[in-house]
Amino acid sequence: MTRAGSGGLVVEAEVTRGSFTLAVSLAANAGEVLGLLGPNGAGKSTLLSAVAGLTPVSAGRITLDGQVMDDADAGTFVEASGRPVGFVFQNYRLFPHLTVADNVAFSPRARGLSRRAARSAASHWLDRLGLTDLADRKPGQLSGGQAQRVALARALAGQPAVLLLDEPLSALDAGTRLDVQAELRRHLADFTGPCLLVTHDAIEALVLADRLVVLEGGRIVQEGTPEQIARQPATDYVAKLVGLNLYAGQADGSRVALTGGGNFVITDHGQHGDVLVALRPSAVVVSTEPPQPGSARNTWPAKITGLTLLADRVRLNLEGQPSALVDVTPAAVAELSLSPGSQVWLTTKATELEVYSGSDGRSAEPHDAAAP
Amino acid sequence: MVTRTAPSHLTARERARRAARGGASQSVPAPLLAPALIAVAFLVLPLVGLLVRAPWRHIGAALSGSDATQALVLSLWTATTTTAISLVIGVPLAWLLARTRFPGQRLLRALVTLPLVLPPVVGGVALLLAFGRTGLIGRYLNSWFGLTIPFTPLAVVMAETFVAMPFLIITVEGALRSADQGFEEAAATLGAKRMAVFRRITVPMIAPSLGAGAVLCWARALGEFGATITFAGSFPGQTETMPIAVYYALESDPDAAIALSLVLLLVSVVVLVSLRDRWLRGGSVP
Repeated sequence: MTRAGSGGLVVEAEVTRGSFTLAVSLAANAGEVLGLLGPNGAGKSTLLSAVAGLTPVSAGRITLDGQVMDDADAGTFVEASGRPVGFVFQNYRLFPHLTVADNVAFSPRARGLSRRAARSAASHWLDRLGLTDLADRKPGQLSGGQAQRVALARALAGQPAVLLLDEPLSALDAGTRLDVQAELRRHLADFTGPCLLVTHDAIEALVLADRLVVLEGGRIVQEGTPEQIARQPATDYVAKLVGLNLYAGQADGSRVALTGGGNFVITDHGQHGDVLVALRPSAVVVSTEPPQPGSARNTWPAKITGLTLLADRVRLNLEGQPSALVDVTPAAVAELSLSPGSQVWLTTKATELEVYSGSDGRSAEPHDAAAP
Repeated sequence: MVTRTAPSHLTARERARRAARGGASQSVPAPLLAPALIAVAFLVLPLVGLLVRAPWRHIGAALSGSDATQALVLSLWTATTTTAISLVIGVPLAWLLARTRFPGQRLLRALVTLPLVLPPVVGGVALLLAFGRTGLIGRYLNSWFGLTIPFTPLAVVMAETFVAMPFLIITVEGALRSADQGFEEAAATLGAKRMAVFRRITVPMIAPSLGAGAVLCWARALGEFGATITFAGSFPGQTETMPIAVYYALESDPDAAIALSLVLLLVSVVVLVSLRDRWLRGGSVP
């Protein structure tokens, strides 16, 4: 399958590292932020590494704006230093022996500018990212948020055609993360080339990315806008990430027989065959007595196996047909005296169930998640 | 049935110490303590002897009365030249050993480290056989260029380099192996070619090890005796370095020998102090 158009970044390649193989086909257009979402070991960083030229592909090719960067069949390979790539590494990798200004001037200098020209290019980017006051500091004297900005300035100062960000916010504490995230969003909007953003944080992906690719075990399992993926996750991993219950089952008009046991009554859109059902944890009602017949069409017994206090609510882990995650208020936990082992009834309306076949035609069956 | 020890007295000071160190009993068993003390005495007493017997009153005369100044100057410049040469050719070799893969690499590493364990006098003989007037290479140097290496200051430098450079190489190679290559990758993505990465990232990052390796190499060169006397001889002012001067002075002028030894001891102490962060902290390997 070949992607149309020669602009932007096109990766149709396999990368083998030991027993792990990453096999992907994706394209990122100019100005687009493509989020790469996936669990540890899914191959996200390997993909960035291949685009940057730090790891050669073992099959297939990578092109950037129509120019071949790596082609295993033709034997073409552009060294990392020759690729117009800006890479923001997970722990930033700021050169500890150079000042902030020299870190940012590194790429212009390495790409052939004179010392003076490199310095003035650096000062432009320092100014743009509000780092001028920190120009003479060493990386060891920076806060996490500042280091992140320096890393971004350093990557952008080389005037790259593609920007690669490997979990740019993961090294930050929760407090500064939101500020830096908002700032990063602005800077990414200014960047005119394609941008690949690796993350395993759902919020980060939803806020920063225009489009998401979900990688698991070296394969793309889902692709789409953040909204699509948040509403209709294709795998358990994504469902957990966005905080949804996800069930696979067989639809037959207004009824879904779940693969793991149990049934749901759904609104009938004439769906048949393999489907996925997504259910928000807040869309389930918990009661300690069998509920009176009402408008809710789905009622089933379950046992509480765990309670977790989230910011403003309590998430219940429930075992039943089917099992579910359910969010309730702390007050409800107290009133109903819910505790592990409690037997309860769960109720949800058919209209709360999002029923869909695996999005963009990819299968939703379980796959091996093993990867180094 | 478990045997129980009767409670013993624990002073408040010992309690505080154990609490701070988090350890159990700190008492040392006698079978370990006695040999350890013997070892200390063995290492320290000779130095004490040197200090006690030193001709403190007329040390200046003892030093100037012999060829001491000449020997000291020769030793200092040959050791420094050796270190410079080792940096220029040894660091690239360390990089090759640490960062590349090629056939015969293990053998090469073994050969490079061989002078560390080889008796220096054997090194001197080997140098003589290679670079001597009739040696493997020396015969051509002699017949084509009229160049004779043995028994010249150049021979001193070569002997010292043969013995001392491996110290620099293994120190730098170790540093290159343990250095975080992520920084070099980052530099590559920023457009730096391999040589630029080496110059602007690798070298500055291993600078402390480079310094330590250079000091170690210099100290070893300064103390070199066996290879030097074999390959370069002992002509005062030409090839007679400090250790060789000490050795000969011991027969003719013991006071001068002691005074010269004190100078070398002083230099060694300075070297040790300069390396204290790396070696005297305990547990860390250079």
